[in-house]
Amino acid sequence: MLNSKIPAGPLDTKWVNYKNTCKLVNPANKRSLEIIVIGTGLAGASAAAALGELGYKVKTFCFQDSPRRAHSIAAQGGINAAKNYQNDGDSTYRLFYDTIKGGDYRAREGNVHRLAEVSANIIDQCVAQGVPFAREYGGLLSNRSFGGTQVQRTFYAAGQTGQQLLIGAYQALERQIALGNVTQYSRHEMLDIVMIDGKARGIIARNLITGELERHFGHAVLLCTGGYGNVFYLSTNAMGSNVTAAWKAHKLGALFANPCFTQIHPTCIPVSGDHQSKLTLMSESLRNDGRIWVPKKQGDNRKSIDIPEEERDYYLERRYPAFGNLVPRDVASRAAKERCDAGYGVGTSKQAVYLDFAAAIQRYGKIEAGKRGIEADAATITQMGKDVVKEKYGNLFDMYAKITGENPYEEPMRIYPAVHYTMGGLWVDYELMTNIPGLYSLGEANFSDHGANRLGASALMQGLADGYFVIPYTIGNYLADEIRTKAIPTDHPAFADAESKVRDRIHMLMNIKGTKTVESFHKRLGKIMWDKCGMARNAEGLKQAIKEIQQLKNEFWSDVRIPGEINEMNPELDKANRVADFIELGELMCLDALNREESCGGHFREEHQTEDGEALRHDDKYMYVSAWEMKGDHDWQLHKEDLNYEVVKPSQRSYK
Amino acid sequence: MEHKNINVKLKVWRQKNSNDKGSFETYDAKNISQEMSFLEMFDVLNEELIGEGKDPIAFDHDCREGICGMCSMYINGRPHGPWEANTTCQLHMRAFNEGDTIVVEPWRANSFPVIKDLMVDRTAFDRIIQAGGYISVNTGNAVDANALPVDKAKADAAFAAAACIGCGACVAACKNSSAMLFVSAKVAHLNQLPQGEPEKNTRVLNMVAQMDKEGFGACTNTGACEAVCPKEISLTNIARLNAEYAVASLSATK
Repeated sequence: MLNSKIPAGPLDTKWVNYKNTCKLVNPANKRSLEIIVIGTGLAGASAAAALGELGYKVKTFCFQDSPRRAHSIAAQGGINAAKNYQNDGDSTYRLFYDTIKGGDYRAREGNVHRLAEVSANIIDQCVAQGVPFAREYGGLLSNRSFGGTQVQRTFYAAGQTGQQLLIGAYQALERQIALGNVTQYSRHEMLDIVMIDGKARGIIARNLITGELERHFGHAVLLCTGGYGNVFYLSTNAMGSNVTAAWKAHKLGALFANPCFTQIHPTCIPVSGDHQSKLTLMSESLRNDGRIWVPKKQGDNRKSIDIPEEERDYYLERRYPAFGNLVPRDVASRAAKERCDAGYGVGTSKQAVYLDFAAAIQRYGKIEAGKRGIEADAATITQMGKDVVKEKYGNLFDMYAKITGENPYEEPMRIYPAVHYTMGGLWVDYELMTNIPGLYSLGEANFSDHGANRLGASALMQGLADGYFVIPYTIGNYLADEIRTKAIPTDHPAFADAESKVRDRIHMLMNIKGTKTVESFHKRLGKIMWDKCGMARNAEGLKQAIKEIQQLKNEFWSDVRIPGEINEMNPELDKANRVADFIELGELMCLDALNREESCGGHFREEHQTEDGEALRHDDKYMYVSAWEMKGDHDWQLHKEDLNYEVVKPSQRSYK
Repeated sequence: MEHKNINVKLKVWRQKNSNDKGSFETYDAKNISQEMSFLEMFDVLNEELIGEGKDPIAFDHDCREGICGMCSMYINGRPHGPWEANTTCQLHMRAFNEGDTIVVEPWRANSFPVIKDLMVDRTAFDRIIQAGGYISVNTGNAVDANALPVDKAKADAAFAAAACIGCGACVAACKNSSAMLFVSAKVAHLNQLPQGEPEKNTRVLNMVAQMDKEGFGACTNTGACEAVCPKEISLTNIARLNAEYAVASLSATK
């Protein structure tokens, strides 16, 4: 049933051969082919712009008030590319290898190699668009390091790389809108996909201002709707980030792959209380210069600056000397949890570790003094060091100060892991098509490139690779056979049926008129997921979680209270629609985590660990992608796509 | 850092939709932790309103980390509230004291019509970008990124202008509801880069024309926009725009 359509031939020629042999659509025919793009983040905006440039008729949809707001904008640290501008040994193969290894050998070789191949084109394209990446004094591009690699291949724009890349894609999109190739629908949410003769042929969208349902036809539909981290309630995602579009596809038969693969980011600002609505990331780039530590003594209540050097445990440097503070995210997160669980945590909640810049400030201060050739006193060195740190990470330090009320230039940051990214998503083949013909999924919404753990600065790379450089080729291979299909009028019965299904669900939600708010259900779901399907999981807890989620679902559908009306702007109704889908997804995530009796990447099953607490894979049994088919309420069937490693030899991942 | 809980009074603009006249309503926000963000206080208030069978207050927000530009409250007469270089979502209750009355309004500008309560329609900004806020390069046309060195000072200046989040606080703060800071930031971002050079003149002319068409007011160099900008976009961008506009007008062929 699962055909990944990986082209035959040697790894480094697969994509080239694909491009040389895939079907093309001539320019005249492109003008009569319509494509719907849901979501306008890096994947959606870049795909819509690139497809508009090719001459297709494109419609884009986003729930925000402008495509520029998509959550890609919040990515801080950078974007990877195998440019080897630093002459430090990087290559397409190295980026491919690091990504496969970083993903703990649960990603497809073919997809990942393609990603590494097009990575360099992304940087070229973005620079041509005017993306203001950081530069050196000679006018050339600057790079920095990120976790899980030993080369400097990360391009960045201060701590606002996602913003700058998204604005680049947004501007390319707006240009296509101005040219009439793309029509944009803001404050619209996709609530179902329309299927005709087994193919995706359109969508039902709700205008969030008026509440009206709209029908839109497309020869193909692209879901570029991001990840589902908000199933945990607290995450670094935006408040509106949701799984609804992907979940509607899943309910229509699209397979959902590796749902339990969740990335917990090691450096986030800790939870401060029950009112907490979201968590804020402190970029991984901070681990270039920040040193992570906890006191050597359990329950040490002294202030950080009063704890002498020899009483500090730099546990990442101790456990992983080769990579130190730059181990991959899953490893760093688990190590923080291990220290806090063992009673070494800091701050009032004791659920935090320190990220300390004092050493970096001194180092940079001395370098500055050396550059200027001055004999500086300690205070001057510290000041000059702070200035350098401010230039590199100023916006992050400001953000930390605003949220916590503490000054990170004077005392270390307190950080703790938080849900950040989801590697799982809709199952897609090499062409980024789901198992539903004509339905594609790009960017974080699909499962394809990061295996069980994503390396830092690779999400931006994948979103733009899929949108600018993959889909323009692969969609032609499908649409070439659709040139005789005329646009289907939206009074077709399939549109009417889909619309009435959506309408019925909205009425059902509004008519519950229960006693509990949508938010309260979302919080409860989040707590179940974080406690039992979070950084560490075990069979007992997962079984318990499934029961609790099933109960929660019943309670939601009998006791939720949604104020307001259907035909008006109603954010509570929008949220209820999303939370209802998150509840169902939560159950599937636990089911997937229960099925995968091994530890790999972000998925850590307590029953499966090495003697020193590292993830223990079972390649003999679980070297496959779990692709789940929904059969009914609480009922899924597992399909396995075996992963064949032809080039890389999977081994126990070591960063020691 | 020490935190305590406070009680504040909120006077919030309520408006059912764009046709409704709208009015202020007063709410008591009790036992609010100073560790909360301003929007988290609204979350708590909305939960209470829903519990009482009332309509919660609609407001725009998304990333809650000061970068998406979606949040947009006019707090005590100042867009995004009292803190410098800040967005509403990053404003924390430490900024307020026990017993304070806080007045919260939507952005007020004819070009930003109110949709509901504190939400406004900012699509005029998208249309201004459509008029020329881009570099016309199709995907696949790029040369190697390092084939085009860019003077670091110019690259840094372009980045500083490109940091604009398109929130519209500049318009809301301006007595003329001018969008000059927004437009000039985009022009400064693209026109300073060698990549943006070929379209430099048409860009500035077309974007300004669209800005006028959208009904934004004229700039009288008061500087209220710069003072409230969450990303500290500089007023010098406006001076640069005026200069470029003059040059472009003189060199225009038609």
